[in-house]
Amino acid sequence: MKNFNGEILFLERSDINTDEIIPAKYLTEITKAALKPYLLEDLKLEGFTTKDIPGKSVIITRENFGCGSSREHAPWALEVNGINLVLAENFARIFKQNMFNCGMMAVELDKETIEEIFKIFKGLKTSIETDFPKAVFVLKSGGKSISIPFTVSEFDRSLVEAGGWINFADKNY
Amino acid sequence: MGKTIAEKIFDTHRIDNPSGDINVIQLDAVFCHEITTPVAINDLKERGMDRVFDSTKIKAVIDHVTPSKDSKTATQARIMREWARNQNIRDFFDIGKNGVCHALFPEKGFVRPGYTIIMGDSHTCTHGAFGAFAAGVGTTDLEVGILKGVCAFHYPKTIKINITGILRKGVFAKDVILSVIGKIGVNGATNKVMEFTGPVVEKMSMEERMTLCNMAIEAGGTSGICYPDSTTVEYLWKFIKDDYESKEKALSDFEKWHSDADAEYTKIIVHDITDLKPMMTVGYKPDQVQEVNTEEKIKVDQIYIGSCTNGRIEDLREAAVVLKGRKISDSVRGILSPATPDVYKLAMKEGLIDIFMEAGFCVTNPTCGACLGMSNGVLAAGEVCASTTNRNFNGRMGKGGMVHLMSPAVAAATSVTGYITTPDNLD
Ligand code: SF4
Repeated sequence: MKNFNGEILFLERSDINTDEIIPAKYLTEITKAALKPYLLEDLKLEGFTTKDIPGKSVIITRENFGCGSSREHAPWALEVNGINLVLAENFARIFKQNMFNCGMMAVELDKETIEEIFKIFKGLKTSIETDFPKAVFVLKSGGKSISIPFTVSEFDRSLVEAGGWINFADKNY
Repeated sequence: MGKTIAEKIFDTHRIDNPSGDINVIQLDAVFCHEITTPVAINDLKERGMDRVFDSTKIKAVIDHVTPSKDSKTATQARIMREWARNQNIRDFFDIGKNGVCHALFPEKGFVRPGYTIIMGDSHTCTHGAFGAFAAGVGTTDLEVGILKGVCAFHYPKTIKINITGILRKGVFAKDVILSVIGKIGVNGATNKVMEFTGPVVEKMSMEERMTLCNMAIEAGGTSGICYPDSTTVEYLWKFIKDDYESKEKALSDFEKWHSDADAEYTKIIVHDITDLKPMMTVGYKPDQVQEVNTEEKIKVDQIYIGSCTNGRIEDLREAAVVLKGRKISDSVRGILSPATPDVYKLAMKEGLIDIFMEAGFCVTNPTCGACLGMSNGVLAAGEVCASTTNRNFNGRMGKGGMVHLMSPAVAAATSVTGYITTPDNLD
């Protein structure tokens, strides 16, 4: 199973599309690793630079993350940068499927919870610990700490446990 | 309660139901091309899983950029070639034999009613024209398809689109599907199968049905699908004649892949096309459609006839009827890409290539090329293309370029005048 713990990258915006996550011009690359320097290269978000990425393991964002094309290069670009978990109000369907297919997690939290997280932690060095069996995230920064329960479907859960659809299918079929 | 054709296909191919409405289905074919497959191949190698589930069920082609245009596309092609050789994939189509995947594979007889097919390409829905469930997938799904011959889907929900009325002269399958997408929108069929039925579809050739199903994805559909009938039998007969005593026997077998009368649909749309006129798109989304309006005089720089939507022999014939004895305008360039070598050869035999060339068209080898803005006709910023392809997304045929989608007949008429027009308006 992948690692879902670590420091949070706050992207306070909705509709971040796959072109912003990884621009189309890099689709001729033939390895996942080659995508590493280009993650979020074209993201339009005030105050954000790609220098914010190193050391981060989780993204928290607003609505409809991963909209646009079906390119699986989007989760891969996250993965090779050590980001296996994205929290948002909701996701584009194919992006979400691609994340779980890769053994990564795209987890939906309700609007109020996302608001609260941004309010309490944005701008602070914040880490997340994922208790996968109990389905709880623990967010910590300085002395502050909150626990947030989450849900993923049974099938998505089994993909995460298997480390992705390839391993799941290899074991079961 | 009865079942839809997609439900029948799932029920006969399901090997697991891991949870909820997730169905893992056995695949009858996995199609591969050189843009999405090399990453899958490399990843399987890295995992020590460089195998294929059944080399006879994998069909592969180099079609998007061929011959290769630079060292990156050459590398993609090389990876495909070596993999096909190492894995003993006999149905592999390289330069000289290659053509646009969704035109080539049906032509080779690789699609049958009741089949389940995936490919790392969104227009895989085309193959539903044969009564198959065919869906575009991401790379991981493709990898598992290659390795295990299975794929997971939600149990299919279907929208039935009953196309009624009479298709008038000068109006084609392309106009029908553009009008459907215009009606339901680019998200109108998301997560749904689009079942095309009714008297108009029954009269359509296989080529026309492929045009219809090809654009299901532009309404968000997982697969397009038509009922297999005597037209399907005729098209496939040379491939199946050893499997059936007679065409009648084949037909009655194929008919098991019809939806039941009491099947349940998410939605049933009756779409009367009697008053349908030639259509075109105007914006950057395929649902921004309108009738071709010649008063507007929309000037174009390039005409592109080709692709998995409209690069088949019938499309070339429709365009050639318009172009015969005419010249294209000095203000435009015309590009014809026959979709497959067989289409190309037949077009030569019928004298169509002569007509195109006499008119002033450039004829390229079979390839996707300009359709996705990669080669053989990329637009410059600010240029406009009248195109028989399926996507008018911003920058699709070249950054800053504008694409108007239309039928081959309208594209041909447009090449003569230099602005978008119908054949009726030519002298
Ligand atoms: S012709 Fe265009 S739409 Fe069809 S497979 Fe090729 S690139 Fe895709």
